[in-house]
Amino acid sequence: MMLLSAYVAALRRDLLLVMRRKTEVLTALFFFVIVTTLLPLGIGPEPDLLRKIAPGAMWIAALLATLLGLQRLFAADHADGTLEQMALSPEPLSILVAGKITAHWLVCGLPLVLLAPVIGLQFDLPTDAIGVLMLSLLIGTPLLSLLGAIGAALTLGARGSALLVSLLVLPLYVPTLIFGAGAVESHIAGLGAAGHLYLLSALLVLAAAFAPWATTAALRISLE
Amino acid sequence: MINWFKFSAPSTFYPLAGKLIPIFWTLAALFAAVGLYIGFFVAPTDAQQGEGYRIIFIHVPASWMSMFIYCVMAFWALMGLTFQTRLSGMMSSALAPTGALFAFLSLWTGALWGKPMWGTWWVWDARLTSELILFFLYLGYMALHAAIDDPRRADRAGAVLSLVGVVNVPIIYFSVTWWNTLHQGASVSLTKSPSMASTMLWGMLLMALAFWAYTIAVALMRARSIMLEREGNTEWVKHLPDVKEAV
Repeated sequence: MMLLSAYVAALRRDLLLVMRRKTEVLTALFFFVIVTTLLPLGIGPEPDLLRKIAPGAMWIAALLATLLGLQRLFAADHADGTLEQMALSPEPLSILVAGKITAHWLVCGLPLVLLAPVIGLQFDLPTDAIGVLMLSLLIGTPLLSLLGAIGAALTLGARGSALLVSLLVLPLYVPTLIFGAGAVESHIAGLGAAGHLYLLSALLVLAAAFAPWATTAALRISLE
Repeated sequence: MINWFKFSAPSTFYPLAGKLIPIFWTLAALFAAVGLYIGFFVAPTDAQQGEGYRIIFIHVPASWMSMFIYCVMAFWALMGLTFQTRLSGMMSSALAPTGALFAFLSLWTGALWGKPMWGTWWVWDARLTSELILFFLYLGYMALHAAIDDPRRADRAGAVLSLVGVVNVPIIYFSVTWWNTLHQGASVSLTKSPSMASTMLWGMLLMALAFWAYTIAVALMRARSIMLEREGNTEWVKHLPDVKEAV
């Protein structure tokens, strides 16, 4: 119970901070919308082509939008010393970190899932494919937040950390991208999305078990 | 039994590395000479691929080494995080540029081989793609290491990153393989190549040994430079014969 209340407290605090400064959330969201809007402008408006690139395009936009929020995950708390207090607290740091990661997903990942149908319609995706896309994003975006947190913790206090995070984290996003976009593509091809979604879920379980732990280790190194 | 921890201190490792470096340079030169001789003069011309296939004597050992070095880096990372030895981080960061070099070499030679054989510089084959991502992982490690000013912190952050990377490399490989079979992208498969003449295999193995010895020699040289750089103001460095002469 103690652990759960610590987790909820960290989650609540981060959500509260976000609600006090709403523009930050909206920035990532608008980034997602703008990137997905620019793609057809660059590639051309043929519905066949758009339908084909839609899963990949939306997933890549989601990766980039998640990256935007990663910077904020620990930087402010590191700057004002809150992170040190968290490390000193009697609750395990990994639980607090898990709360912060969950908050990051609720702020940066979940809105993308909810927005996906609108963008999917722009790309002329069939309705059932939009359902699969939402499901794949729902499983995949927490994975992005978990892996990204490791990168954010490692680059804390490093020079040029904003760019560095993307260099570290994007190669690790490859499996998520493949299975996430692949689920929608194979559904459209009539092969069924279940295999991809199962693998995505397996990766999520794996990351949920290990990523908070690795993030904590990285944070302790940054706090030395 | 040898007390390994004795050599985990830079002051004892530095002279040991100095003795080992010429040995491994000699080994590298010998293996490379014999391996290249076999590769260019002894190994028969391939029936399908002609003379162009001879690039595999560089290409295959280079890709082996690029993957192996990442594992060695992760091993040193684990040692460094567990035993808090200074040497481990130095070895990790000394190995990274060589690993990146081999990854790049394997991609480059692969492209040179692919143009005449497949008619294209690049296909989205699973092996090519995962090798490219491995190259990115090396670059990420080096960028992170360079971005943190305190060397001890840089070592430990790099250690965590390389451990996360080593867990991810197989996942990335399998996901890319699966992605590739779904897309049916590459029409040519490396695995379907005809079985190799044993001289070719020997040439490749000798070149792999040559690269191995080269990696050890270069990594030790780099580690020695890192030691001097980081521990320049300690007593043992001031008492080194080379340093005394220079002063």
